[in-house]
Amino acid sequence: MPKITFIEHNGTAHVVDAEIGASVMRAAVDNNVPGIDGDCGGECACATCHVYVEPEWEAVTGSRTESEETMLSFAAATKDNSRLSCQITVSDALDGLVVHMPDGQH
Amino acid sequence: MNHVSMDVLNAARERAWSMPLAQIAPADPQLFKDNAQWPFFERLRKEDPVHYTADSEFGPYWSITKYKDIMAVDTNHKAFSSLSTLGGISIRDQRADFPLPMFIAMDPPTHDEQRKVVSPIVAPGNLAVLEHTIRERAVAILDGLPRGEAFDWVDRVSIELTTQMLATLFDFPFEDRRKLTRWSDVATTVAGPGGVVETEEQRQTELRECAGYFMKLWNERVNAPPRGDLVSMLAHGESTRNMTPQEFLGNLILLIVGGNDTTRNSLTGGLYAFSQFPEQYQKLRANHALLDSTIPEIIRWQTPLAHMRRTAIVDQDVGGKHIKAGDKVIMWYVSGNRDDEVIANPNELVVDRARPRQHLSFGFGIHRCVGNRLAEMQLRIVWEEILKRDLDIEVLDEPERVLSTFIKGYTNLPVRIRN
Repeated sequence: MPKITFIEHNGTAHVVDAEIGASVMRAAVDNNVPGIDGDCGGECACATCHVYVEPEWEAVTGSRTESEETMLSFAAATKDNSRLSCQITVSDALDGLVVHMPDGQH
Repeated sequence: MNHVSMDVLNAARERAWSMPLAQIAPADPQLFKDNAQWPFFERLRKEDPVHYTADSEFGPYWSITKYKDIMAVDTNHKAFSSLSTLGGISIRDQRADFPLPMFIAMDPPTHDEQRKVVSPIVAPGNLAVLEHTIRERAVAILDGLPRGEAFDWVDRVSIELTTQMLATLFDFPFEDRRKLTRWSDVATTVAGPGGVVETEEQRQTELRECAGYFMKLWNERVNAPPRGDLVSMLAHGESTRNMTPQEFLGNLILLIVGGNDTTRNSLTGGLYAFSQFPEQYQKLRANHALLDSTIPEIIRWQTPLAHMRRTAIVDQDVGGKHIKAGDKVIMWYVSGNRDDEVIANPNELVVDRARPRQHLSFGFGIHRCVGNRLAEMQLRIVWEEILKRDLDIEVLDEPERVLSTFIKGYTNLPVRIRN
């Protein structure tokens, strides 16, 4: 299984085994990573799975969709590399992915 | 439950399952006051999840009763409008003679611009700043409650705490804070004899007083450097500083109701729920870490806003039914949060439920509750402090409920703290 590292706002890292075909959000929630809420269950409808993706991974993770862009525009502390992790699907190519988290989901 | 409320519920169940399906009209305020709406939604979820009521005091409307269909409507703002001039976001159409434009009842792009002005005050960074004040105030309220004698939890705790919080957010004169409670009640009520206000004229007069009061605060703050309170933010915000007086009033009402009624009723609902499921409270008492799942679970179980309304602006199929442009569409959050296809044993409060955050109470999509994290924080602080003190709070009788299909809440809950 691909390994994904989630780094909390305070620097704490969590390395999890992610299921192929599921979302990065699901990998966090199913492994009890704190700081990823995923309130809507992966519908791109709440912006509570907000992460920052390192730029070198963008080619693999893809870029924001229109509805993701809209939801992120209401989130706090967004940056150019903000993504909703429910919109990134886990594949072998994501092995080693590192994402950072904001100070809270909103 | 006492005998009266059981009788009412049994009669409702009998009626809900025997009446012709086409006649079911869940938007009946009396049903909600009697807490008797449940069996009607139960039947609709089972037999007609997207249901058309042809005739009612609110005109014809669609009822969306299942979780997934509600999600589909809520996230499709291009087909389902919130615009106040089409009727707005509750089943009762906005009055054309006294419009209250507010960003919840707007569509993009105006909605997006105005929401973004308000949003920072309830973002995680600012909440950390507010937490200390909220805790201090919660502690003062809890420590000031009588011991060994009956009192009304709604008035002494739920209203007092949420009103204090609101006064803090607006930087509103503290001694006048109950005006906020009053304006919130007036804004959401339906005028009528014996009601919160007797006539629509009285309602509008009181809301104009509200506008006048806030206009004073606005004028003070627009001439001062920007500060972190909501009035200052609106007065200085690029997208809000040129609002018309009606727009200003509309957005104030939105923030007052949004920051008041909802949390208020979840504060009462949590205590009432624990009286119905005492073993769940014992589970929480034994393990305070369960508060993380308990708080969203209380908000789901209570569902403080029973519905949100949209108006279709294009023809759209939902759950196999054809909704036409112009139709009124009611998303019954109160029903979707009891949908057992998505939520196991939905009628029960379960403090250690799996995926407790997956509920409809805050809505989803671009209109999702902007203050949701603040609401959760207020509730968490109150329950943390109750648990810390191990207060033994006894619910003495059934609560009295609000006469509304929109605000699902309580006007009274008699309780006693055992010595």
